[in-house]
Amino acid sequence: MRDQMTMDREFLLPASRRFIMASFVVAVLLEWLPWHGMALVLRPDFVGLLLLYWCTHKPHRVGIGIGWLLGIFVDVADASLFGQHALAYTVLAFGGLSLNRRVQMFSLKEQSAHVFVLLLASYGVYALVHWQVRGYVEWSYFLGSLTSALLWAPLTLLIQTLRRPRRNPNEL
Amino acid sequence: MALEDTRTLRFFNRGPSAVARLVFFSVLSLLLLFVDARYRYLESTRQVISIIIYPFQRLTALPGEMWDGANAFLSLQSHLVAENEQLRLRHDADSAQLKQMETVLNENAQLRTLLEIKQRAEYSVQAAQIVYLERDIFKRKLFVDAGEQNGVQAGRAVVDNSGVVGQVTRTYPWLSEVTLVTDKDNVVPVQVVRSGLRAAVFGSGNINELELRYQPVDVDIQIGDELVTSGMDGTYPPALPVARVVRVERDPAYPFARITCVPLAGVDRHRTLLIVSGVPALPPRPVAEAVQDNAERRKNPLRRGKP
Repeated sequence: MRDQMTMDREFLLPASRRFIMASFVVAVLLEWLPWHGMALVLRPDFVGLLLLYWCTHKPHRVGIGIGWLLGIFVDVADASLFGQHALAYTVLAFGGLSLNRRVQMFSLKEQSAHVFVLLLASYGVYALVHWQVRGYVEWSYFLGSLTSALLWAPLTLLIQTLRRPRRNPNEL
Repeated sequence: MALEDTRTLRFFNRGPSAVARLVFFSVLSLLLLFVDARYRYLESTRQVISIIIYPFQRLTALPGEMWDGANAFLSLQSHLVAENEQLRLRHDADSAQLKQMETVLNENAQLRTLLEIKQRAEYSVQAAQIVYLERDIFKRKLFVDAGEQNGVQAGRAVVDNSGVVGQVTRTYPWLSEVTLVTDKDNVVPVQVVRSGLRAAVFGSGNINELELRYQPVDVDIQIGDELVTSGMDGTYPPALPVARVVRVERDPAYPFARITCVPLAGVDRHRTLLIVSGVPALPPRPVAEAVQDNAERRKNPLRRGKP
């Protein structure tokens, strides 16, 4: 598995700015789908997860500033307080940046465990702000970090498949 | 990849360190949070960003709308005929009741004139479609597709055909944010239909639960009592159904009875809501009282436990 992954990384195409932006647009759209009820409780944080992916794999391209900007957009769309998601994503991006060398040494399963802790921290920041402002915390909110962490492996595989060059340009 | 590896060898080419940036953006976020939570200066910024993201938001609502559209298109004729029949029956029954109500209204108006009480104002409603439901499990909010451009203002009451849904809390050019009555600690002034008792019903944060707080243990409330808006605050017009009492716990160990209600409006049942406009403004509150009210509200978050 690990050999396969390192081999893949050797041959990954450089991620273009356009590809990174498109991936974020898709993540934001997924997050804005009309989730409700139990699906909303379990909704993974697509934007956070993708931010973490780019922070660990392309730390020179995507960093804390972009995380913060994304957070502001999500804040407006979610009608949360200005800066609530921004703060959570800042922390998440910092976690991704500081762990980027370490995380890539592990297999996907072990990476997911790392990612879970980082996401938990970011969810914790969001809930902490909410607790400070509104005075209560909904504990089922943290379930989202678990589903997000479970999505880490599929997401990584998906993006690496998209970034892999085609062996024969004439191939479909 | 190789290119980037050489880049990391150059010192000081990445601007400030990650920790410095973390601190900078965290402080910036906290500042924004503070300003937004305390002063609400940032509403115009929010509006601008909301215009930018509006097309994307509509795009995400599209699959649901298409599903509904396909359902409507593919529904069987027999089903439509049956539904039509049912609606016709309902219409007949309703129009009979409406006639009765007109008579009662006339009578009421006459009696009010006789008693020299101010007449009940009529209000108009405006239909709006739900664009999407709550985004965040912390909040009971939804967005409807009528905004400032359609003359919606923050503070308007929102109802459906069976009861009060909530209140418009923020408006964007083409969207409005509606906070549901079930939002945590959202208050609606109500009146018990059977006894005329006035009370306030609080949201519990749970989609199908409301609490009637601060009522003494021996209060005259029974299971099945219907609560309607009392119109005391000037936000909700009077006599709109809000909730029905489903549980009353009278434990003498506590100073208050614990009364649980279910909201009557069903947000999850239909897509169209009505925004009530033209509720007459009440004369402004005396200043001293308002100050006290603010102080109380600021104190409240500290002691939020259930009675």
